[in-house]
Amino acid sequence: MVASGIPPLVAMLMSILVFAGASMVASAQLLASAAPVAVVILTTLIINLRFMMYSASLRQHFAAAPLRWRLAIGYLTADNVYGLALGHFDQHPEHKLEYFLGAGLVVWGVWQLAVLAGILIGAGVPASWRLEFAAPLAFIALTIPFLRERAMIVAALAAGISVIVAQDLPLRLNIVAAAAVGITAGLLFEKRRK
Amino acid sequence: MNLWPVLLGMAAVTFALRVSFLVLPPGIETPALLRRALRYVPPAVLTAIWAPEVLVGNEQLPAGVVAIAVAWRWRMTFATIVAGLLALHFFAWLI
Repeated sequence: MVASGIPPLVAMLMSILVFAGASMVASAQLLASAAPVAVVILTTLIINLRFMMYSASLRQHFAAAPLRWRLAIGYLTADNVYGLALGHFDQHPEHKLEYFLGAGLVVWGVWQLAVLAGILIGAGVPASWRLEFAAPLAFIALTIPFLRERAMIVAALAAGISVIVAQDLPLRLNIVAAAAVGITAGLLFEKRRK
Repeated sequence: MNLWPVLLGMAAVTFALRVSFLVLPPGIETPALLRRALRYVPPAVLTAIWAPEVLVGNEQLPAGVVAIAVAWRWRMTFATIVAGLLALHFFAWLI
């Protein structure tokens, strides 16, 4: 992010306030290409739409918890925390709140330290190591566990193809378009199989 | 450039999405179509994020295939990243 011209302090503040890596990388690229504020926020909305799905799913576990804890759960929701917690709840249905908040706080702390380290030493890593490729690799690792059903694979394939086909759309709108095509493809596939 | 509107806008949108369903009062049912559509958001959006970085160049594609295979078999983020980076350098050297 700092490499795209965002001041280090703003990058750290963004990491704490937004706490969503994928949207921060995308917004840094958009800001570097002088995109309008509304486009940056729309792209953030689409990339982070998955948190709405996590929220709907977590509601089934935490609807009865006090509001302040539900707000804390929301803020701490990250892809890996969600995946970890849902996997754990299957076998250990007790102490869900403590588990989620504990796991969420650990992930949050490690993430913020990693961002700080990236801001402080990021420019010192030789470009020949090509560490920027770690970002798509991390997203591959996040995607695969969702592909348990064929409809999910269809949604992922449709989105992957669309994002390439629509690559010439300005302002990374191809991500928005690909998300819509992927979701529709998943729904249609599910319907066809019934 | 003033970054505050972007920063606060991103934070507000992201927090609103995260707490959206969690703060609904009990007893409110979410529409079935919305619930079904939301299930496809993670595979669709996550794939749209990484596909353009992997489906370019000669070494990114095979490295991506290696990473997908490792992720499929072991389900470990760190192993996926290490294997993908090593494969990237291997294929870049090979080609």
